[in-house]
Amino acid sequence: MIKIKDLQARVEEKEILRGINLEIGPGEVHAIMGPNGSGKSTLSSVIAGREDYEVTGGAIDFEGEDLLDLDPEERAHKGIFLSFQYPVEIPGVTVSNFIKTAINESRKGRGEEPMEAREMLAKMREKTALLEMDKSYLSRSLNEGFSGGEKKRNEIFQMAMLEPKLAILDETDSGLDIDALRIVANGVNKLRSEDNAVVVITHYQRLLDYIEPDFVHVLYNGKIVKSGDKNLALELEAKGYDWIKAENA
Amino acid sequence: MTDLAQDLLSSFVVAEAGLNGAKNLGVVNMRKEALDRFEASGFPTTRDEEWKYTNLKPVLKHDYKIMLKSESAVSFGDIKQYLLSDLDTYKLVFINGKYSSWLSESTHQSYDICTFAAALNKYPDVLAEYLGKAAPAGETFVDLNTAFADDGAYIRVKANQTVDKPIEILYITTDENGTSFSQNRNLIIVEQNAEVQILERHQNLGDAESFTNFVSEVFAARDARVSYYKVQNDSDKASLVDNTHVKQATGSNVHVGTYSFGGKLVRNNLHFYSGGEHAESHMDGITIIGDGQTVDHHTLVDHQEPNCYSRELYKGIYLGKSHGVFNGKVLVRQKAQKTNAFQQNDNILLSDKAKVDTKPQLEIFADDVRCSHGCTVGQLDKNALFYLRSRGIPKREAQGLMTYAFASDALEYIKIPQLQKRLNGVIAEKLGINLEFAL
Repeated sequence: MIKIKDLQARVEEKEILRGINLEIGPGEVHAIMGPNGSGKSTLSSVIAGREDYEVTGGAIDFEGEDLLDLDPEERAHKGIFLSFQYPVEIPGVTVSNFIKTAINESRKGRGEEPMEAREMLAKMREKTALLEMDKSYLSRSLNEGFSGGEKKRNEIFQMAMLEPKLAILDETDSGLDIDALRIVANGVNKLRSEDNAVVVITHYQRLLDYIEPDFVHVLYNGKIVKSGDKNLALELEAKGYDWIKAENA
Repeated sequence: MTDLAQDLLSSFVVAEAGLNGAKNLGVVNMRKEALDRFEASGFPTTRDEEWKYTNLKPVLKHDYKIMLKSESAVSFGDIKQYLLSDLDTYKLVFINGKYSSWLSESTHQSYDICTFAAALNKYPDVLAEYLGKAAPAGETFVDLNTAFADDGAYIRVKANQTVDKPIEILYITTDENGTSFSQNRNLIIVEQNAEVQILERHQNLGDAESFTNFVSEVFAARDARVSYYKVQNDSDKASLVDNTHVKQATGSNVHVGTYSFGGKLVRNNLHFYSGGEHAESHMDGITIIGDGQTVDHHTLVDHQEPNCYSRELYKGIYLGKSHGVFNGKVLVRQKAQKTNAFQQNDNILLSDKAKVDTKPQLEIFADDVRCSHGCTVGQLDKNALFYLRSRGIPKREAQGLMTYAFASDALEYIKIPQLQKRLNGVIAEKLGINLEFAL
């Protein structure tokens, strides 16, 4: 589905990604772990198309297309979704109007007709229920005054509505208590299928107890230095990152 | 003295005897005194503190026709688009400064909704009580208007009456006079516990330059409720100085909303005199302008009595090479304890060439008050923009959505849903987006 080859990127003059190689197939769940400042969020931002980062080398191929040539919205239309570590508050735009606009603009981008109002409503109902969100969420201003947990849940709600092919969850577990974590993970699991893929970026093992990864990668100093199965995450949880740092010093 | 000022002075001598109200000695004297003051002051320049950021010179240099003819045939079809079509309203339509009974729908049934010309000729007692009592003598444009204005809207709502439908006032300029200098005046009297909603608009239909020096005096008696909406979306040939002065008594509630989307140069002098306890003064507005346009909001809230509330919220969105000015003054007099005054002016510059001068001012002489004021000038938040785009919303739509969301709370107080809808449409059009919903 997505092939990342020798990806290098920097922000201002600072080199952050120093040659990432990663291949993700449909139906797979990949976890990316690593100490602070290793480049995890940069990788997700570059895939989603944030313009603050300058790609200095390498390529990203998404279903046969060069992703780096596309605007963020075009990437979204192709089925890429980023759950933000820090979702942005947008006063004056309600959750329901926002998601309606997002869905219909994405459909327009793919040359499809807008979604019927009735279908939209039914879907919103279904997905709020899935994430155990009160319907009153829909009429609130996007993320304004939301607690940390509500913001993350709202991200997964948007993911559920948009049904992306590739979802990148950037530290979706941070700021969640154990109940919210279970609800969010359960939501993500329900959305998994043979056709879509999920990338989970996290510091901790605990989210991976709920969303079981097929592959675990360790990112350090802008490179993937180790890959394995879910046992690698357990090993990291037990031993910390120091041995990784020592190996790559 | 400018050529235009000279022209105005000499025109007055010729026109004086023919103006409405020429038989009313009080009015005649008022006109003469006002003209004398204008002769002494002339037009303000950028050396004048109140006009520091807005240079009138380029719009005053035209050779304006001052005494206007109104013979051109304007049909309802020509003006229909400037009225709220999906709403039944009273209509007062003026063509080149003169009332058009053909295009208007006035009434004298339960309330007077008619013309200032009629008031000048027929209601000397009302004039003696109200004319010039809100708009202060000594302000150049008010003085000039006082000298010349002889038509406009006259609205008087008697005690305990609620006007059954909104009133639309439309001032149309055609190019029958070439470049024209118009001076109309509204006199709006809302008596005790009465209520009215007014919409007002100035529109230049021609290709010639126009300048309008407009005065509106509003008197809200005890517990009266007034909503007054000004839609400014005139052509690039039209300039306007609007002087609206509102005098409020105890318990009255007045809202003036100013929605500025067009015109070459627009200056709004909006003054509230809060002269009774528990009065509420609301003023808000949205400005969205582009290349070559200037909109200048100069507001004053004069808190004279205790326990009053004022709320002021102006949002500005500037595209292209446009210029916005906000100068908002809140004056709390010594007697006005427990005043609660809120003032905010927020601006977004969507272009490198756009410019905003904003100056909130507080003058407080009472010691037990709550006053807050603030102003911001910024660009759209880059993170928020990326967030929207990452959800599939294209850049232009995302910018539009954010800009709209930024501005929309200044529309909250509008009591006429049809007007709100209309303004939503204008805003979407100005921002070049397709808004399928009202936020």
